[in-house]
Amino acid sequence: MTKFIIKRLLALIPVLIGVTLLVFCILDLAPGDPAKTILGEEASVEAIEALREEMGLDDPLLVRYGRYMAGLVQGDLGTSYKTGDPVSEEVWARLPNTIVLALTSTVVAIILALPLGVLAAIKQNTLFDGISMFISLIGISMPVFWMGLLLILLFAVTLGWFPVSGADQGIRSLVLPSIALGFMHMASIARTTRSSMLETIRQDYIRTVRAKGLPEREVITDHALKNALIPTITVIGIQIGQMLGGSVLTESVFAWPGIGRYMIQSIQGRDIPSVMGCIIIFAIGFALVNLLVDLIYGFVDPRIKAQYK
Amino acid sequence: MNKDAGNTTADIGSEKKKSQVLEVWKRLCRNKTAVLGLIIVIMLVLIGIFAPIVFDYDTQVIKTDYANTLQGPSAQHPFGTDEMGRDILIRVLYGTSTSLSIGVITVIISLAIGLVLGSASGYFGGRVDMVIMRIMDIFLAIPGTLLAICIVASLGNSITNLIIAMAVSSVPKFARVVRGAVMPVRDAEYVEAARAIGAKDSTIIFHDVLPNSLAPIIVQTTLEVASVILSIAGLSFLGLGIPAPRPEWGAMLSSARTYIRDYSYMCLFPGLAIMITILSLNLLGDGLRDALDPRLR
Repeated sequence: MTKFIIKRLLALIPVLIGVTLLVFCILDLAPGDPAKTILGEEASVEAIEALREEMGLDDPLLVRYGRYMAGLVQGDLGTSYKTGDPVSEEVWARLPNTIVLALTSTVVAIILALPLGVLAAIKQNTLFDGISMFISLIGISMPVFWMGLLLILLFAVTLGWFPVSGADQGIRSLVLPSIALGFMHMASIARTTRSSMLETIRQDYIRTVRAKGLPEREVITDHALKNALIPTITVIGIQIGQMLGGSVLTESVFAWPGIGRYMIQSIQGRDIPSVMGCIIIFAIGFALVNLLVDLIYGFVDPRIKAQYK
Repeated sequence: MNKDAGNTTADIGSEKKKSQVLEVWKRLCRNKTAVLGLIIVIMLVLIGIFAPIVFDYDTQVIKTDYANTLQGPSAQHPFGTDEMGRDILIRVLYGTSTSLSIGVITVIISLAIGLVLGSASGYFGGRVDMVIMRIMDIFLAIPGTLLAICIVASLGNSITNLIIAMAVSSVPKFARVVRGAVMPVRDAEYVEAARAIGAKDSTIIFHDVLPNSLAPIIVQTTLEVASVILSIAGLSFLGLGIPAPRPEWGAMLSSARTYIRDYSYMCLFPGLAIMITILSLNLLGDGLRDALDPRLR
């Protein structure tokens, strides 16, 4: 297992180099002179030239990329054009909020999706099955920001149970964003769980356990669910990427002080180093989560673990 | 996805092709939810085509009318008016043509590029495959929405840049699906036969390989239109999508957000329009998947 983890961590390196280079190249296309952005439109040509020289803006792309990467491995994400503060500080300050939101919404999604998917499979072709699959279709089709707006409208504006936005009321602030993001996430988990559960309960070994006289409850939870979970975990992993995108929108709707909202504010302020820092942190996070998902596979499915021995 | 799709039609006469299409159509028609999806999609396409003809862009869609701002739904304005006095119903209907056309254009572009890259990758295998797929993996290592945000943030908002951004994030998905669909067909006997009579690689790919690996590509195309429309709405909601004043559902929701306390009706209809569009495309896509490859069910 250790060997497997090390192998996967090493495989991350070329991916991260590729990703950072890609993001660096894309953002390099941005029009406008960073030196002008920092000094303002009024600045003299000489001052701008001097700053360009100092920042090394006239160096070739790869040289600048190398310099950026040298900083990145030391945890330095560059300096914000707007505030002059290190981007890494801004990002670290907001990262916990984004992680908390991602975790709670994943928990919300799993808590809703697993029972929904399992019950829908057990009661296949009943009204419950129909309704639960309809709910998850709605979840897939509903834009997360609209879901957020509707939740705000009902639970914050009309009923007043939760704050409209911000993060200053602790858990109460976290409820609506987690539900909005989790609901979108829930839908595909529930659908996958249902279909993989349907496949599993038709297997011979399930018939054997039933024949052995095990109570139905144990058949489902101990034997069927454990085997049916693998595709579910895959989907949870795939969804993480979409969820990171969704979290940008959710943070925007609820004014949740995470990286996503900071990134959008930085884009509006044309603060390229901050935008770059946020996207790179997102990409690294995405890669790490995918690694984690792979490790969980091995944990759930001994057949997969055996391959890496 | 479905490894053996298409293996059944070794030699396709045009008649056999027709009967196969008919067979798929029949199966699709038996699926009630898919038919519902198809009907809604057709209605949306009709709205998308006729809205720009029926409503005048300058006087009815974008013209501000400060005498009639923020009016709730009434007989004259069934969905109410927005903060600039524009009729929300007209803008929602007009938004259909914005979203659908940009969604379809983006998907056609990404499909074309994805077809070339994916079929080259799947057909030639080896080093070509490795190089193409590693590059695609890098694009896929950044979540699609973030990649699109990154591109729009760099290039600035305009419809062209939006299409570029969306296409860049959906090409890798198509390349993967096409590659997966082409690979099992590559070694089929009829491909070997075509090679034996000296057909060019490009002829083999377009005449023999692709027609037999269409099923997953069609499904992916339908679902991708939905996903692109959803992303366009998301980007526009963040102010990074379709520039004002052109009506777009996500952008409409973004401006409605400011008035959520007192004029909540503004938040409802554009969101509903997005949901109906995505829902119908998803229903159709799922139905197509079942109809094209019944073995999957």
